[in-house]
Amino acid sequence: MGIIRKALSSRPVASLTSPHTIDHYLDQIHPMLAAENVRARVVEVVQETGDASTVILRPNGAWKGFTPGQHVQFGVEVDGTRRVRCFSVSSSRAAKKGTFSVSVKAHPDGYVSQFLHHELKPRTIVYLSQAEGEFVLPRDVPDNLLLISGGSGITPVMSMIRTLRDTGHQGRVTFLHYARSRDDEMFTADLDALAEAANVTVMRVYTRRPAPGAELKGRFHVDHLKHLGIDPTDTLTYVCGPAGLIATVRDTYTELGAADQLRLEYFKVPSVDLDAADATGTLTFDDARIEADNSGATILEQAEAAGLKPEFGCRMGVCNTCVVKKNHGAVRHVISNEISANTDETIKICVHVPVGDVNVAL
Amino acid sequence: MAKTKNAPIKPHSASNHNAAPLSLVNTHSDKKATIGLEYMTYEQLEEFGEELNAVRQRVLDDLGQKDADYIRRVIKVQKASEVLGRIGIFMPFFPPAFIAGILFLGLAKILDNMEIGHNVMHGQYDWMNDPMVDASRYEWDNIAPSKDWKHGHNYIHHTYTNIHGMDRDIGYNMFRIDEDQPWYASHRFNLPLAFILMLVFEWGIMYHGVELDQYLQGKITKEDFQGRKKRALKKIRKQVFKDYVAWPLLGLALVPFVGWWAPVAILVANIVANVIRNVWSFIIIFCGHFPAEVQTFAEEDAQNETRGQWYLRQLLGSANISGHKPFHVLTGNLSYQVEHHLFPDIPARRYPEVAEDVKLLVEKYGLQYNTGRLSKQVASVIRQLAKLGHKPDDPYKIGNSPESKALRRAKREAAAARREEEARAPQLTS
Repeated sequence: MGIIRKALSSRPVASLTSPHTIDHYLDQIHPMLAAENVRARVVEVVQETGDASTVILRPNGAWKGFTPGQHVQFGVEVDGTRRVRCFSVSSSRAAKKGTFSVSVKAHPDGYVSQFLHHELKPRTIVYLSQAEGEFVLPRDVPDNLLLISGGSGITPVMSMIRTLRDTGHQGRVTFLHYARSRDDEMFTADLDALAEAANVTVMRVYTRRPAPGAELKGRFHVDHLKHLGIDPTDTLTYVCGPAGLIATVRDTYTELGAADQLRLEYFKVPSVDLDAADATGTLTFDDARIEADNSGATILEQAEAAGLKPEFGCRMGVCNTCVVKKNHGAVRHVISNEISANTDETIKICVHVPVGDVNVAL
Repeated sequence: MAKTKNAPIKPHSASNHNAAPLSLVNTHSDKKATIGLEYMTYEQLEEFGEELNAVRQRVLDDLGQKDADYIRRVIKVQKASEVLGRIGIFMPFFPPAFIAGILFLGLAKILDNMEIGHNVMHGQYDWMNDPMVDASRYEWDNIAPSKDWKHGHNYIHHTYTNIHGMDRDIGYNMFRIDEDQPWYASHRFNLPLAFILMLVFEWGIMYHGVELDQYLQGKITKEDFQGRKKRALKKIRKQVFKDYVAWPLLGLALVPFVGWWAPVAILVANIVANVIRNVWSFIIIFCGHFPAEVQTFAEEDAQNETRGQWYLRQLLGSANISGHKPFHVLTGNLSYQVEHHLFPDIPARRYPEVAEDVKLLVEKYGLQYNTGRLSKQVASVIRQLAKLGHKPDDPYKIGNSPESKALRRAKREAAAARREEEARAPQLTS
């Protein structure tokens, strides 16, 4: 952090600009000029597949860098409105100085990801957060490492494996990736190149259109691990992808007594399984003094339907932007199906549905 | 970085400021509100409400880049003016620059409070999703903390506009500005008190938001009151430190070149800039609600009102000030007070445009549309303050008269009887 930036975000300066921050003033000179607001200029948008792209970004000096596996909140302004979503960093930490990239698969209903894929132009300024997320490699990477990803869940894992490659990691790394077909796979060329390294095994499984003579077929199965000669109990494992893949891997690891080796990150907008039995009672937004019949959708969606505007980021339970206090009532996590009924706990409203009467501080 | 950062203001805590306010509901009775019956029938009121809803929706659907560009342009001018002002007042040795600096700083504070702060905190630009113009996060360059101001203004004042006993902004608990307010001896000083309040208006807004009167009457909890007091003290500390300590201290650097009085000059410049803003906002706000032709309402008449009646109450309870474009910007478009009260959550730059629709409806239904030049409205407010400060002849209009006391006692007893009846009612049914 530069000394000027440090001075600008110091308390004396803040007391002179109060109630605004120095960034309110710097922003008027140039949007990239900021002490704390992370902004970045788009360097290039690279199409990875028919519906996935990588955006190379040059962040301003407020950016504190990332740890492979983390994501950023990525905001673009379209017709005066800023739209924000969470995207994973996909580049190596040792990549070309001053840039990093995020990779995104365009979600059919995802406004930002669609915009990014089809319309984002180089030189556009985008609004970011600092890198966030706990799904990261430890400081000392163990000798046995397994990375499992499915579909666009490859992005954070890609950042990890690229960083390991560029920092000269010598331990054994196995990368097991599931995609529908080779055409749907992101980073194909890079994966081909990675497979050349002596300590890296790259195994790609195409679930819909398997490659001719493929060693592994179908969805994740414990046999896949056996085939790769992996012992889950002594292999630190990272898995990122759709809920189905994660559930299978988690069950497998639990069965084998290796749950403590597993690090998870969900990477798909959770589909809410409307459980009619849950969709009863009243959802109360306490601060706004609004009550609504529980429709069974996530609390975030129900709040929006009631005309509220809660803060949100990824809408898939990753980024923690939407957490609010739940005053009372039971809620179900849409991915893990866990039900929690503690009073006064904070919940991520984008991945919780109310079960019966619920009161939240919104 | 070891820096304690103030937690951002909790989002969506004041009220749900992005939605049109709710109408007043009487839980004990289904009796329809009587507001507006002298102008139109219930069916017409319903239709009137729908027509105004359509106007609001049309503007909401049309919001976009141009509105975003506009507010950012205003912010740019505001910040530039503030920086110029701060530079200007650092030149007390060169009076033209010094005076220009005071004026620029005053202008910056006016823009920050009116066209930016007031409007942003109404949620007019929440659709932009930009943290810098977000109602839940914006804090203005004013002694009053935004959170309590939003509650008192956006929720209480804009929902219960001009209803006696509910809208705390009728005379701010200080002045008798309406025939139907009870007269107390302190109202003899209506005019001099108003003049003093004008000079220190931001402190008045802050005090109003602390709601000491509401606490003493038992209408808010101790916890609520303590929170208000704490927030107010914190904001006072910050504002006073910035304007009256930190910036003058920086002026110490000028002492070797200018003289010992340089920091004092900077302090005075800050005070004058704040007073300029106080006087301006006081005038605009008093002219928005207190001219003689503005109507007020009784709680009983407004209970169970329809959307149309709510709109009508806003229309009759506000007054516009005519003028040119720059004047409107300086007032934060509160010179379109009528339109602002009808549609508090649409960007203020749209008020001139919706005023055309409102005028058509006013003509259609033969309603009253209060408007006039600034001088006319100011004169009207002064006349009202002077006239209503005199002791009225009607004993029921005097707060301390035996007649008024008996009336209040009767009302209290009726309310107590109703509560008692309600407490009994469930036992009867069970």
